[in-house]
Amino acid sequence: METEVVHTNFKSEEYFINMGPQHPATHGVLRLLLTIDGEIIKKVEPDLGYIHRSIEKMCERDSYQQIVHLTDRMDYLSANINNEAVCLAVENALQLEIPERVKVIRTIIGELTRISSHCLWWGVMGMDVGALTTYFYGFRDREMINDIMEETCGARLTMNYNVPGGLMLDIHPNFVKRVKDFIVHFKTKLPEYDRLLTGNVIFQKRTVGVGILSKEDAISFGASGPVGRASGYSCDVRKHHPYSAIDKVTFNEVLKTEGDTYARYLVRIQEMWESLSIVEQLIDNIPEGEHRVTTNAVIKLPKGEYFQKVETARGELGVYIISTGTKSPYRLKFRSPGFSNLSLLNHIAVGGKIGDLVATMATLDLVIPDIDR
Amino acid sequence: MSYFSDIYKGIKTLLTGMSVTGKYFLTSRKGAITQQYPDNRDTLKMFDRFRGEVIMPHDENNEHRCTGCQKCEIACPNGTIEIIWDRGIDEVTGKKKKKIDQFVYHLSMCTMCGLCIDVCPTDAIEWGQNFENSVYDRSALTRVLNKPGSKLMPGVED
Amino acid sequence: MILLSITENIHNWLFSIMPEGVASIVEMVLIAVVYLTIFAVAGLFLVLLERRVAAWFQLRIGPNRVGFQGLLQTMADAIKLLTKELTGTERADKFLYNLAPYFVIISALMALAVIPFTKEFHAFDINIGIFFLIAISSIGVIGILLGGWSSNNKFALIGAMRSGVQTISYELSVGLSLLTMVVITGTLQLSEIIEFQKNGWLIVQGHIPAIIAFMVFMISGTAETNRAPFDMVEAESELGAGFHTEYSGMKFAYFFLAEFINMFIIAAIATTMFFGGWLSPFGITESIPWLGVFWFLAKTMGLVFLMMWFRWTFPRLRVDQLLTLEWKYLLPINLVNMVVMALIVWLNLTIRF
Repeated sequence: METEVVHTNFKSEEYFINMGPQHPATHGVLRLLLTIDGEIIKKVEPDLGYIHRSIEKMCERDSYQQIVHLTDRMDYLSANINNEAVCLAVENALQLEIPERVKVIRTIIGELTRISSHCLWWGVMGMDVGALTTYFYGFRDREMINDIMEETCGARLTMNYNVPGGLMLDIHPNFVKRVKDFIVHFKTKLPEYDRLLTGNVIFQKRTVGVGILSKEDAISFGASGPVGRASGYSCDVRKHHPYSAIDKVTFNEVLKTEGDTYARYLVRIQEMWESLSIVEQLIDNIPEGEHRVTTNAVIKLPKGEYFQKVETARGELGVYIISTGTKSPYRLKFRSPGFSNLSLLNHIAVGGKIGDLVATMATLDLVIPDIDR
Repeated sequence: MSYFSDIYKGIKTLLTGMSVTGKYFLTSRKGAITQQYPDNRDTLKMFDRFRGEVIMPHDENNEHRCTGCQKCEIACPNGTIEIIWDRGIDEVTGKKKKKIDQFVYHLSMCTMCGLCIDVCPTDAIEWGQNFENSVYDRSALTRVLNKPGSKLMPGVED
Repeated sequence: MILLSITENIHNWLFSIMPEGVASIVEMVLIAVVYLTIFAVAGLFLVLLERRVAAWFQLRIGPNRVGFQGLLQTMADAIKLLTKELTGTERADKFLYNLAPYFVIISALMALAVIPFTKEFHAFDINIGIFFLIAISSIGVIGILLGGWSSNNKFALIGAMRSGVQTISYELSVGLSLLTMVVITGTLQLSEIIEFQKNGWLIVQGHIPAIIAFMVFMISGTAETNRAPFDMVEAESELGAGFHTEYSGMKFAYFFLAEFINMFIIAAIATTMFFGGWLSPFGITESIPWLGVFWFLAKTMGLVFLMMWFRWTFPRLRVDQLLTLEWKYLLPINLVNMVVMALIVWLNLTIRF
């Protein structure tokens, strides 16, 4: 009897591994199906839906005022900017004249939200590459913004501060002083971020040249926000389609061409400087006036389709409303930045190590409720 | 030669990083940003606008300002507020009038969006500062906001 | 002096009341009990220290509830871990799975036996002390490999394989940097190495090559103990918990304690080899020998603090960069350094007081 000789020695074999839904690096309930050969990643399949709450469907049930508070729970780190997007869409549809004061305050709060989101991201980024201390330094600065938000809006995370027609409440009398204090404080802390993490040789080795995304791919995958801008794709909605009071200030759109993890990191760090300068330009020039224009108790948008996009901390958020003239939209679609940014993960993480995947995912700055909605 | 300059630069950046954390280590006595929460309960004060829970203030005569118009109930996205109302006879005018029997507030469903308080025409409900809402039984989160025997403050409806 | 007289009295008393064989066995058991106590107390104390130091680096306060300033916190944690259920995976290789924690903890305990706390307080003064330490410290990795392999978890397996790669590589640097110092002393016996340093600590005697050797030793020592920035084995943001993902209760605590004891051992070796062990600086307390324990522990704690400082500042390396660092940087530097040291000793350029 002949026996077949099977050469099983040193055969490399790919295997599956489940990263998530409970995993420290996925920042929430994202499940990644990794196909790995040893340490090298062959394929990344994101599996979504673990925190799907059907927000878009709920919007079809709710009135336009109620929709706003649902957007807090999408990308909770830029809750105010999400609110602003829906409010702007409704206001544009109603052709409401919004007071200058509202526009300026919305912009200031939006930029503060962006800084706080990036602060958290910086801390988490450090944690993902193994430097645990950054987390606490990032949170220290974020905490100051949270206090400002709590004093003016009443909540720290899900503020629901914007309403169609303006702001729910006028700014708190302490607001201006607190924001100025924060600017002074943060200008001393941002260079520290660089000294602690950006310049660190280990961090640079971990990030430079890792997860490279070309400009063409960035555009074709629909990348937006810092992810797109790090690849040289000029996609800042604030620059190209200014909204609120953003056209009154001068700021630079941060663009890098490398497209690697380090470039995405630098874009966000520099964006914090830009946001700080925007807040600085506006904080002394808040015009007097009403904080809100009265709307009908039941808002009915005229029949038609409306679209509004804003730049959240993660990228371009689009709000697309189809109205049939009733008190709630017929269909409401959110184009969330996290979803498109996640879609390119497989493209840029393949070929790297597990550590690279974690670092790359950290710079995509995923917020899972934003992806699942 | 870049081999040695790499080593030199690497060590320099590592030391820079260590100087940052080292500075915080030395000033750690006064630098702690965390709060000793249950210990500082007496001094812990929330901001005026803090959204803890919805409350209905009553004055000393056990009178509230809620007319039972149900605008808050309509404005609420989650069905948090339920107003059980009745028609009673007004003593002054003798007309039949809507009055609240129970203002039921389900804290477990509330998302603290503030739309009910925003929409209330008589300022009958407002934000409470209490944030310690943990209870052993879920039913304890359903509250009746108007006190027993309370009635509408005169002059609110005008 | 007190310590010395006590141990000598016990020794004499034991030998006076029993036959010699029994007495020496009893004495060994007594020493083992003393060392186990030191082991437990030091491990728990180091865990607490780590948590407090981490808190101070991170603008926090740290554990301060149980006991005065949280001194009993780790005791409470240990009791909690003792009472926890020992879970396991379904198709785990049960024998190896249960064996792994003991490998790790026994190797750490054995290494502790040769540490010279002071002249009198030195349980096991063999003439190949350094060699013994290097040999023993590489046994620990077998436990990690077994634990990762037998627990039937892919994350644990990746962690274990990384650990194997890492320890095999960094073992070289630890050994070579210590050998560099042995070139000066000419002996492997720990007590003699310390006696040799009466004319100046080795880091002063050997000046530049000794400082380089010290840096290499600290880096590779940190890597050997699998601590950040070299915590590839656990890498919590990559592998969850790495090789001990499936361990719970006291089995997990063994891994945990062993990590801290290993840190202590690395620092103690560095103290012995570079900073004169129990010797006081400039011999200021030479007349009081029992203060040697204090000096030894003070120096060791200083180095332990340095390792904690590394951990709470630096990001983690990637697994291939870890190997690059060892094979392309540390190892060549170490080899050249050893030649330089040999030249310095040959030309008598060491600094002696």
